Amino acid sequence: MTTVATVSEGTANPYALSHLDSLESEAVHIFREVAGEFERPVILFSGGKDSILMLHLALKAFAPAPVPFTLLHVDTGHNFPEVLEYRDRTVAEHGLRLHVASVQEYIDAGKLRERPDGTRNPLQTVPLTEAIQQHRFDAVFGGGRRDEEKARAKERVFSLRDEFSQWDPRRQRPELWQLYNGRHAPGEHVRVFPISNWTELDVWQYIEREGIELPQIYFAHEREVFSRSGMWLTAGDWGGPKEHERTETRQVRYRTVGDMSCTGAVDSDATTLDAVITEIAASRLTERGATRADDKMSEAAMEDRKREGYF
Amino acid sequence: MTTPTQPAEQLSTTTLLRFATAGSVDDGKSTLVGRLLHDSKSVLTDQLEAVEDASRKRGQEAPDLALLTDGLRAEREQGITIDVAYRYFATPRRRFILADTPGHVQYTRNMVTGASTAELAVVLVDARNGVVEQTRRHAAVAALLRVPHVVLAVNKMDLVDYAEPVFAAIAKEFTAYAASLGVPEITAIPISALAGDNVVEPSSHMDWYGGPTVLEHLETVPVSHDLTACHARFPVQYVIRPQTPEHRDYRGYAGQIAAGAFRIGEPVTVLPSGRTSTIAGIDLLGNSVDTAWAPQSVTIRLTDDVDVSRGDLIAPSDDAPAVTQDVEATVCHVADRPLTVGQRVLIKHTTRTVKAIVKDIPSRLTLDDLSQHPAPGQLVANDIGRVVVRTAEPLALDAYADSRRTGSFLLIDPADGTTLSAGMAGASFAAVVRAAAPADDEAEWDF
Repeated sequence: MTTVATVSEGTANPYALSHLDSLESEAVHIFREVAGEFERPVILFSGGKDSILMLHLALKAFAPAPVPFTLLHVDTGHNFPEVLEYRDRTVAEHGLRLHVASVQEYIDAGKLRERPDGTRNPLQTVPLTEAIQQHRFDAVFGGGRRDEEKARAKERVFSLRDEFSQWDPRRQRPELWQLYNGRHAPGEHVRVFPISNWTELDVWQYIEREGIELPQIYFAHEREVFSRSGMWLTAGDWGGPKEHERTETRQVRYRTVGDMSCTGAVDSDATTLDAVITEIAASRLTERGATRADDKMSEAAMEDRKREGYF
Repeated sequence: MTTPTQPAEQLSTTTLLRFATAGSVDDGKSTLVGRLLHDSKSVLTDQLEAVEDASRKRGQEAPDLALLTDGLRAEREQGITIDVAYRYFATPRRRFILADTPGHVQYTRNMVTGASTAELAVVLVDARNGVVEQTRRHAAVAALLRVPHVVLAVNKMDLVDYAEPVFAAIAKEFTAYAASLGVPEITAIPISALAGDNVVEPSSHMDWYGGPTVLEHLETVPVSHDLTACHARFPVQYVIRPQTPEHRDYRGYAGQIAAGAFRIGEPVTVLPSGRTSTIAGIDLLGNSVDTAWAPQSVTIRLTDDVDVSRGDLIAPSDDAPAVTQDVEATVCHVADRPLTVGQRVLIKHTTRTVKAIVKDIPSRLTLDDLSQHPAPGQLVANDIGRVVVRTAEPLALDAYADSRRTGSFLLIDPADGTTLSAGMAGASFAAVVRAAAPADDEAEWDF
């Protein structure tokens, strides 16, 4: 898969790697570093496209042997059924072990309180942190990308967290060459982001190249939705629509998949990967800005949540 | 340029360039980066709206493009950038990863960090001030880190009436200085980041300049070179042994090729043990291949059942590095606590981490004038100096001048894992400069 893209390299340099091959090689290198240096790594797996991509890369990194990591999903209780179904099917298909930390259980036990706006994404931090402590995970793979949001631009591929899972931007280690320093004290852990350097478009292009199957909600389909804060939300038990909000049937797709209360759909007629990629390339809105209410809270919202232990 | 109406062009498979910027807030670096992102249509509507909102709240009339890149609240409040930030943009011709590094004196370590993975560095100067101490520091860091391509962006040309002699004098001085440090390729470009001259679009104010814009140069600079001239190096990351019925005897060594190329049938030596074998197969993430090269992640199988594990290095038998327990190197100290003579550390080199002790710190380097200060006793944050380190076990270490990936290492504090120093084995340019190098020393500069 070598590609010659520019005039200056038009002498068909046989050693030129395509951008996707470069990113893939880097991500595989990161997975293997963690396998070689950590005792109990876990991959955060939600059934969303970034975690699907991560699992695909991990499978490639260790083939023909199985992936030497378990999976963890922090279930908000408001996840799309299509995505949960995909999650369970994938786990079974590859013979993996999945841990689920449930926000609903925390709420039922009185350990967490529902927010007035019904949004549960911010409530994921405590179950995640406690699952990490309980299972003594020392490396936690996340699908975060540095192009997503300004606070993430300062994130490191290996991101050190203290025993409270807190992120201190001033305590992050410099990323020198390809030497990832994952040493940590007992109780601390490292969040690892193998696709840090990918953009949304890279992710979609790679999914297409590799023929990776995605949950259907990433493609255009008819859905009962209502409008809130400029987003199309799916009606459901999680708290919508309210009295003044009217549902209508629209043809939409999701660009990201998270908690139903804060993940919006976009109008779309893209029913194939090819059409989705064309739509994204033409889009003038960033992935999270268009569809995630939780990042819009304030200019520094993501920074604050990362400090608290969120991804 | 990519516009929303031509998405298909961006869907082509392209190459990837990692580059770094160096320059201070005053030189207009954030504006240059903002301009690259903005004019290459990489800033999307909601990001631009956020910048416009924030600019208005501060009472600025025009959107401040610098705000596109100033991420953390602490930085926005203080109006500084405190760490390396990574930014992404694309044109139909190439994908870019930019390590955006702050340019203040105390942030040498950040530029070292950004330059360590960069194939190109953009050094920014203010046309009114010309080459200043900080410019020389940036050139020195790029030279020290062996960044193959350096771009001198002479900014604020609009404030010197777009005068060619001003640009020519700065370009001449900088090129002479950087070349004396051994920088192999220097391109000088006159720009105005604020007005947009020669950043993405060619300037109508500088007809006398016939070269590329900054973006054109970034799009066309070669990102790969002839790997057959490099020493082939393969640090083993992980041993893959499925032990499943269908792969009962599979034993593969997983890793990312650090330099050069490997072929099936090639005789290889495993270091530090010195055992020899032959490459039986190369798996490139699911495909069997005859040849693989840097920076591909592969799994290599050998014909013999030799004992190979994480931390070993596989190299061609006729071109294997020497192993040593005595490391002489240049380091940039990156931690807030000092590095002292006699200190016990860990040294992390490729996939191998071993105990070590700092035997000596013979000199500290002042980047402003490249003067050497003998026996400083310790190095503090942002210092660059020579160190002598004795390791508990042998390392297969190359000179950094020969191989950036197998000549680099970290010094780590065993107590809490803090990264103390970034190390580059072998002679630094500083030694060359001090010895008033004869011309044939240039041969050391092999990428």
